[in-house]
This record gives sequence, structure tokens and C-alpha cells, in this order.
Amino acid sequence: MNKRKLRDFIGTKLMFTVTIFASLLFFAIFLILLYKSIFILETQSIAELLFSSLWNPEKGEFGLYPIIIGTILVTGISLIIAIPISLLSAVYIAEYAPGKIRRVIRPFLDVLAGVPSVVYGLCAFLFLVPLVKDVIAPWFGIESTGLCILTASVTLAIMVFPIIISLCVESFSAIPIELKEASLSVGATKWETVKKVIFRASAPSIISAVLLGFGRAFGETIAVNMVVGGIPRIPSSLLHPGQTLASLIASAYGEMMSVPLYESALMLVALILFVVVLLFNVLAVVVLRRAKRRWSY
Amino acid sequence: MIKKSDIHIHIETKNLNVYYDNNYVLKNVNIEIPTKQLTAIIGPSGCGKTTLLKSFNRLLDLRDNIKTSGEILVDGENIFDSRVDVPDMRKKMGLLSQKPYPLPMSIYNNVAYGLRIHGKKNAKELDSAVKHYLQEAGLWNEVKDRLHDPASRLSVGQQQRLCLARAIAVEPEVVLCDEPTSALDPIAAQQIEKLLLKLKKEYTVVLVTHTLRQAKRLADHVVFLYFGKVVEQGPADEVFNNPKDPKTKAYIDGDIS
Repeated sequence: MNKRKLRDFIGTKLMFTVTIFASLLFFAIFLILLYKSIFILETQSIAELLFSSLWNPEKGEFGLYPIIIGTILVTGISLIIAIPISLLSAVYIAEYAPGKIRRVIRPFLDVLAGVPSVVYGLCAFLFLVPLVKDVIAPWFGIESTGLCILTASVTLAIMVFPIIISLCVESFSAIPIELKEASLSVGATKWETVKKVIFRASAPSIISAVLLGFGRAFGETIAVNMVVGGIPRIPSSLLHPGQTLASLIASAYGEMMSVPLYESALMLVALILFVVVLLFNVLAVVVLRRAKRRWSY
Repeated sequence: MIKKSDIHIHIETKNLNVYYDNNYVLKNVNIEIPTKQLTAIIGPSGCGKTTLLKSFNRLLDLRDNIKTSGEILVDGENIFDSRVDVPDMRKKMGLLSQKPYPLPMSIYNNVAYGLRIHGKKNAKELDSAVKHYLQEAGLWNEVKDRLHDPASRLSVGQQQRLCLARAIAVEPEVVLCDEPTSALDPIAAQQIEKLLLKLKKEYTVVLVTHTLRQAKRLADHVVFLYFGKVVEQGPADEVFNNPKDPKTKAYIDGDIS
């Protein structure tokens, strides 16, 4: 074998090895989390852990229900705020904005998408928390410290905007101009074209963008930790504090490890995060395949 | 033989200039496109044929960096006038593009798309209209059992006929065709050509083509464009058999391309 072919052979094998290694990490992480959570699963049933509202680690009570609710609320509300605003903004940038504005806005969005989350957390703590405490909560006649579900949701929404906008602008811009011409030339208005053609044609990318946004919101740890209040109780309103799964791990890990089973409980929380993200990815694959079949052009 | 006074002019450009970035694409174009005839715009690639075609229904508005001056009169009305309702004006001008672009929806909905936009909502009316225009486009028999399949699953030739059905479904007055057969195999291309010959009885057809033979087969009227300038225009037999300009003669003889 000459040198060139040898290099090609070694290169191929090397790429194969690192790829296998990277994929094995998936199983490794899953098994470690599972192994570490077994201790708590031996003492309590999974149903009890997921649906009990009692969270008192010192007494050996590890009911995750309030934290799961907190996570669903924070993630859900942040996406409800972020998705429509992001889509409208992305449509504006891709379809309506003059070329100059587009060229100026896009780099800003890309930078925003890359800003570390702790910076968002800090800004939220300095501006959003007082706003909620002094302005928004009094409107509703509720007393709030400002550290609450709403603040965390808005913070996450702001963090998710640039990702969804950036990905959607990219996919809207990738739609061939001829497809828009086809719609416009039967007398459709721009908005009709956006609604019925552009949104559909880019449905797979919109779904991917939203899922990526979901991943960021669902798994966000530090920014949420700074503003959510960190109390593992079911919030009686959005202006009350709560806790999320990811934020719980960050705030508890390493602190109260002397409490029996606490570490194992946190590992279970990590396992839940892992499994949910996995399920959403599987769902994404299925949904994307269907969307691509129905709305291809 | 048609007398000149009998010919009604449907589209007319007056000193039309188009700049794309710093390129001067169309230079002082003055042409007349007669009603219910097939006008072929011929000329070498890159001479501005497509730009000219897309200026007729203001599709150039979609692109940044394009500047236009002059007038385009459709039925005597300047389409650049600020009082013109652009979507309504575009509805009068169907478009068939170089490569078929079915909308991301079913075969049925592709044809119904324009109808729904313009207010036809009744399911029975839509059904019969969709059938009618698919028949007009010679596609009905091939798709009648799978109207609700995604349009993207049709062959390219079928897609192009679907695009034609979609275009004529809103009853335009003009059909603008931008090299509609260039992506098709010979048989599919022949089907489109036959349809165009049928269409010109009811519509004004403007056909951009770079195949001279296609222009000879189909055109009643010819515009020869060379580097953004109109070199010659007139009835097809005059331009093809008796070109006045040496450049036209050279192009027709295949000496320049």
C-alpha cells in the first residue's frame, strides 16, 4: 500500500472511531444516570416520586411534582411568548425589510444567540425582577418578590428569540423566489403568500427551530436559577416563585450531599431531563418526516 | 392576413429601463404585444428576456437593487402608477416559470389556491372549477384519482401543466411564460407547446424562449432582444423570413448566440 492510500485508510478508521466514541457517550450518560438513580427508585416508586408534592429531602421525601409543574409552566409560557413574536419578526426580516435593514439586524441576532445565559440571567435580575415586583405584580394586586415563574418565563423567551428568529430567517430566505412569484402572480397579497406558502414551505425548519428553542428553555439552568425563586412548591400564581428541574440540580448539587438519597434524587432529575429531551427529538424526527412529505415543493 | 389596424395592443412598454445593481439590463425598451396572439421574446441568454417578462407584472419588485424607469401599459394603464392595485394587476397576468414550482400543498389545492384567494369558497364550485382547469391543462385524466396527493409527487412535466392550470384558474388575460419547456423532456415539452397554441385563442401569450425553433413553431409576433436592446420586432414571418436588421439575420442563421 502506498502512502496516499495508507493515509486514506487511517483517516477513514480514525473518523469511524471518534464517531463511535461520540455516539457511545449517549449510552454512557444514560447508564450512569440510571445507575445512580436506582438507589432512590429502590426506596420509592417512580409514580410516587413524580406525583407527590412533598419535597423535604431531610425527611427523605422527594416528591418532584411541584418542580415538574414549575418546569412545564416556565418552558411552556416562554415558548408561548417567544414563538409568535419570533415568527413575525423573522417574516419581517426575511420578506419585508429592505436589504439594508436586513444586513444590519442579522449579525445582532447571531450575537444575541451566542450570549452566555448567565448574562441574560444577570440582566433579568437587574431589570426584570424589579419591574415585576414594583409594577406588574401590584397591577394584579399580588405581592411578589419579582423572583417568580413569570420572570423566568420572560427571561427564557428573550433567550429563545434570537435562536428561533435566526433559524427561521435562514429558512424563509432559502425559499426559492420563484415559489413566491408563483403565489403572487395569481393575485395573492404578500401576507397571503407568507401565510399559505412561506410558512408551509418552511414548516420543517420552523418545527426544528421551535424544538431547538424548547431545548434551550427546558434545559436552561443558570438564568432560570437566578430569577425563578427556587422554591419547590406549586406556585399559586405566575407571580409566585417556583422551581425547575434543571435549576434544582444547579442549586442543590454539592450543597446537601450529606442528606441520604439526595444525590440519587438529583440524578433521577437529570435522568428525567435526559429522557424528555430524547423523547422530543424522536418526536421531532417523526413530525419532520410528515411535514416534509406534506409540504414539499 | 391580419391588417395592422385590426391588431389590438395589450401590453406596451415605453422607454423601459431596468438596472440591476450596476448592470444596465434593459435599455430603452419600446415594444408592443398584441392581444390574443403568441408573442415570442427571443435572444441569447442573459440578454434580459426574463427581466423584461417579469417586469410586466412587477415581479421585479421582489428583488432588492433593481431600479426601473419608463412605463408599461397594460390595457392602456401604466402599471407603475401608484393607484394600481398590484395584486389585482398580477391576477390578470398568469405566470409559467422556467422550472415548475408547485405550491407546497395538494394537487387540488394548487389549482384552488387562487380561486379561494379571490373569494370562491363553495366546495362544489371549487370541485368543478378545479376539474375544468385541470382538463384545460390536459392533466385531469392523470391526476383525477389522486387530487389530494402533494403536488410535488408529480413528474416535472405534470408539475408544469399543474402550474399552468393554477395560472389560468384565476382567469388572467395574459399568460407570461419564461422558457416553460427548458426543464422538460421532449414529450412533456411538446404537450406544453400544444397547450400554448390552444391558450393563445383566449389569452395573450408572451413566451420567452431561447430555442429559435420553438419560436418559429409557435409565435405570431416576435421581439428580438440583444444585450438589453430591442433589435427588431414584428410579425413572426417577417422577422424570421425577412429580417431587417443584420443582427437579427445573424441570430436566426445561428451566427451569433
